[in-house]
Amino acid sequence: MHKDLVEKIKNDPNYKELVSKRSSFSLKLTISMLVVYFAFILTIAFSPSLLGTPLSEGSVTTIGIPIGMAVIIFAFVITGIYTKRANGEFDDLNNKIKDAVKEH
Amino acid sequence: MNRILTFLILGSIAVFASGAIEGEIAKQALNVPAIVMFVIFVGATLGITYWAAKRTKSAKDFYTAGGGITGFQNGMAIAGDYMSAASFLGISGLVYFKGYDGLIYSIGFLVGWPIILFMIAEPLRNLGKYTFADVASYRLRQTPIRILAAFGSIATVILYLIAQMVGSGKLIQLLFGLQYEVAVVLVGVLMILYVTFGGMLATTWVQIIKAFLLLSGATFMAIAVMAHYDFSFGSLFAHATELKGVEIMSPGGLVSDPISAISLAIALMFGVAGLPHILMRFFTVSDAKEARKSVFYATGFIGYFYILTFIIGFGAIVMVLGNPQYLDVAKQAIDGGQPILGGNNMAAIHLSHAVGGDFFLGFISAVAFATILAVVSGLTLAGASAISHDLYASVIKKGNVDSLKEMQVSKIATVVLGIVAIIMGIMFEKQNIAFVVGLAFAIAASANFPILFLSMYWRKLTTRGALIGGSMGLATAVLLVILGPIVWVDILGNATAIFPYKYPALFSVIVAFLGIWFFSITDKSQNAKDEEAAFEAQFIRSQTGIGADGATSH
Repeated sequence: MHKDLVEKIKNDPNYKELVSKRSSFSLKLTISMLVVYFAFILTIAFSPSLLGTPLSEGSVTTIGIPIGMAVIIFAFVITGIYTKRANGEFDDLNNKIKDAVKEH
Repeated sequence: MNRILTFLILGSIAVFASGAIEGEIAKQALNVPAIVMFVIFVGATLGITYWAAKRTKSAKDFYTAGGGITGFQNGMAIAGDYMSAASFLGISGLVYFKGYDGLIYSIGFLVGWPIILFMIAEPLRNLGKYTFADVASYRLRQTPIRILAAFGSIATVILYLIAQMVGSGKLIQLLFGLQYEVAVVLVGVLMILYVTFGGMLATTWVQIIKAFLLLSGATFMAIAVMAHYDFSFGSLFAHATELKGVEIMSPGGLVSDPISAISLAIALMFGVAGLPHILMRFFTVSDAKEARKSVFYATGFIGYFYILTFIIGFGAIVMVLGNPQYLDVAKQAIDGGQPILGGNNMAAIHLSHAVGGDFFLGFISAVAFATILAVVSGLTLAGASAISHDLYASVIKKGNVDSLKEMQVSKIATVVLGIVAIIMGIMFEKQNIAFVVGLAFAIAASANFPILFLSMYWRKLTTRGALIGGSMGLATAVLLVILGPIVWVDILGNATAIFPYKYPALFSVIVAFLGIWFFSITDKSQNAKDEEAAFEAQFIRSQTGIGADGATSH
């Protein structure tokens, strides 16, 4: 990539917006995934019996089952949330940056 | 979403219908349906290979299927790479044996995917061409970084291949009654055919078909189990606990202490993001948009698959355990208890017989065989790419090589890797190979991932830092696996392990990151300054994809 082009894109407000919005969004989602997973796995490590609590009086199903399923579904849902926003809003911004470069 | 649902529902109906019609085939003829279905699968996939071979004309076609795979197809193929026979049989077997612990394990395998999407997939697609070393060496010195990355890739691939070949030999021996060596050679030869002739296009479609068959079969089994309990998890669990005790509903001993828990989590999360055969798939789609969709679909398929294996494991508890048909009488006479034929990992296979008779057992056995073939093909292609693209074209020829010649080298590398895999498979038959997949993940997490990740995001990364830090991570991972309980105690027969934890990733990943950081910031050479100056342009391309299109078509 040519130096002039690098300077031009670097100073493009759309580029700045894209990078700052996407970085903070992906960072937030990454942290939320890490928090959810580590909360799950550390609960198991520190207090294994907690997830063994029955869902209701007399039930053999433990709260660990829906919680485990929820972690799986959470992982899927946040990839969906990211993909939707990135393929819409972020790609629109990206296309503006690309168009500006073409005019150059 | 609708597409996935229709896909799965239609698939499972098709399977359901055939299972119901053919369920009454005579007993003990158990190998015939399996072999017939396997032959059909091999015939169909060889047909695809023939079709793909005609379309594989350049190195780009060979490595990336021409870059024309859609996000949905790629998501299915990625999920297929991940749903190996080991994870299908292993995780359902673990659920069968330990209940809830199986779920903990599978969740660990899943949570790396969102992180790959948020951090890796896009820059990888925008910066790379054929291998992840393209990205790692983008602004660093080609020769040393390519060599290190290729070494990390080949080591991961070979370890994984050993595990797959040994597993496949034993499984096929058990399911089809073939001799171990025959099974290993058969897998090796078919895999060489797919990859050398059909390249990535054939490898991808073999993977997609197998993923579809596996998901359909597993869906049918899960539905059949749930139908017995009027689709009530409560009744299924109640019956299972009557047979195995209530402790199967809670975490058991899989994750015993916090250090092991964190270390396993890191190995699984960062390991996935450093597996070359997975990373390679991101180059088969046209752009970052499709790369994102790939991860979305893959995460959905994999998550769904793990929920199915959980139900299948419990299904095996209620329908296989205690069923005299599947009892290993000889083993019971020695060890007592209620061991099943072929061990816990056969739980899903026996369940397929229990719910669908001989015909469905044949179907699942054929799918398990197909799974092995598809996974070893992807692995071998990743290894061959590292040899031909990173070592031959970039290091030896310094990039001055035409596409046809590079493809030829890649095909030779495939044949060599295939032969190595066959030999290793036979050599390791009687060995304890429990450590190899763990080691592959540890290397991927401690050497491949830190270099890849920091090359994308850290301006001050230098060749020296990547090289020394990456090697330190690699060496630490290997050393700690050798000194740990699995190799040092179980295999070498020492009384206590020098390194007390099974999973070294927590330590080796930290060593790698610290090493890379330290040897980068203390690098005051002109080279280091140039590499830092080149970051801006690389970052812009990684974020926007500008320049990526030009580089991928040539």
